[in-house]
Amino acid sequence: MARRNPFVYLVALLLIGVMLGPVLYIIVGGFRTNSQITVSPAGLPDPWVAGNYTEILGSENFWRQVGNSTIVAVVTTAAVVALGVMASYVLARYKFRGRGAMYALFAAGLMFPATVAITPLYILVKNLGLVNTLPGVILPQIAFALPATIIILVPFLQAIPKEIEEAAMIDRCSRLGFFWRMVLPLSVPGLITSGILAFINSWNSYLLPLFILNNQDTFTLPLGVQAFASQYSVDTAKVLAFTSLSMIPALVFFSLFERRIVGGLTGAVKG
Amino acid sequence: MQAPPPLRPRRRGIGWAQRLEIVALSGPAILVFVSFVIFPVLMAAYYGFYRWKGYGVPTNFVGLDNYKTILQDTAFHEALWHNAEILVLSLVLQGPVAIGLALLLNRRMRGQSVIRVLIFVPYVISEVITGTAWALILQTNGAANDILRSIGLGGLAEDWLANPKLAIWTLMFILTWKYVGFAVILFLAGMQNIPAELAEAAAVDGASFWQIQRHITLPLLGPTIRIWAFLSIIGSLQLFDLVYIIWGQYVASTAGTSTMATYMVVEGRNAANYGYGNAVAVVLFVISMVIALIYQRFVLRRDTEGALTGGQ
Repeated sequence: MARRNPFVYLVALLLIGVMLGPVLYIIVGGFRTNSQITVSPAGLPDPWVAGNYTEILGSENFWRQVGNSTIVAVVTTAAVVALGVMASYVLARYKFRGRGAMYALFAAGLMFPATVAITPLYILVKNLGLVNTLPGVILPQIAFALPATIIILVPFLQAIPKEIEEAAMIDRCSRLGFFWRMVLPLSVPGLITSGILAFINSWNSYLLPLFILNNQDTFTLPLGVQAFASQYSVDTAKVLAFTSLSMIPALVFFSLFERRIVGGLTGAVKG
Repeated sequence: MQAPPPLRPRRRGIGWAQRLEIVALSGPAILVFVSFVIFPVLMAAYYGFYRWKGYGVPTNFVGLDNYKTILQDTAFHEALWHNAEILVLSLVLQGPVAIGLALLLNRRMRGQSVIRVLIFVPYVISEVITGTAWALILQTNGAANDILRSIGLGGLAEDWLANPKLAIWTLMFILTWKYVGFAVILFLAGMQNIPAELAEAAAVDGASFWQIQRHITLPLLGPTIRIWAFLSIIGSLQLFDLVYIIWGQYVASTAGTSTMATYMVVEGRNAANYGYGNAVAVVLFVISMVIALIYQRFVLRRDTEGALTGGQ
């Protein structure tokens, strides 16, 4: 298969074009003026203007939304990984009645994203007095991210050789001591994978914040992008700049940890 | 799970200390999960029997009226039909495209790792950004029509988003763009679990590249394809973000892209009919669950003691 087939490269090139075209359109379009975009919607910047980007980078709204998104994503990720690894440890290394049922409970959650539960969830959050607060988004997000986290982590923890556990037991290490001193350090790759997935999902989350956050001050970036796009619908260039700035963190995160994400998904499929 | 190590003699069953550990370790996760996932779904079933504006305790019990209204509402029928279209088209469009791309990318080639990263980029970008960008590109005086005109195909320029004959296909195109990378990555991962010796042996026996793919790669990729199809089906049934972002709350139904989930949000939350919205949620849940169970029973069952779980 070492033969170089030009057809393969042509398809691959076409693919990259289609996949990246719209992304580049957003980024490059942010360097144009509205009149440039009106005259030639698909053209290149002539001249390049940085005004759209600098204006947004100087706006308080943008940074507040970045802050909100960061808080929500970081807290969600930390909590999901912590709760997830604890529950996964039980599922992977304890034998008890109800273990299968517990696994099935979480696995069933994987099949139903937040869409189905969003209306009653909103009412629950409202009754808890958490509407328009970040915890009102964080708590449900933790719950909905748990299934994927547990599905990824259980095989990881099961793969830790039982000899290590036996050795720890001989050394009078308790199960909890084994968890702290051996399991956590050994499962760091799995924790990173599930953490990144939880982070990106949280960063991109739309439906839940849409229901819970109605106050501009608590908007996360996806809500901010949409509010900005409808508020400045005539100012296409600025919308493009805002949009491209808001996708940077997810892209950076992804490119840093791409191998781990792909590896984690593979593990989940093999589950 | 392995047998317990015989090093320390253990009583039958588990001791209270272990019980405590199990509760302490898994308790928080179960508590959060049950409170914010299971409980709301159960509450939806309760609220669905009421006409209720979302304030205080629901008192106006209407029995099955909400469900009758849903099942008689042509807007819901249309949404259900769109979900069915999206479900089928996602499978028949994304599946073959993704398998083809995975086959291409599975060959050793220069820049392979770069392509794998790039094909995943749309999946990482949020739905809001995807929706906003494509809505700008595809509007009548947007970049897509501009490109068509500049290469002399101006006759093909269309109102991609509002034309009810086209809109569902535009949506399918955007969905494919967004989610095909995920399928390709899954398939590539599945292909890497297929022993190379099989293809080599077949090649020695004179099988062509396509014969090898058809008779070795595809059958062995079966479990991965079935898992992907399951995820795709669930995603199609619950599709909300992209439709709501691009078509909004009013245009989706006239453009022919409304889904059960957008119907639920528009008729429930936006109209402040929370009882009704919850009833729609229940219908959506039941439909998803029935399809999921049927699929698991008849399609995924054969994988349960096969490659799916045997991988570890």
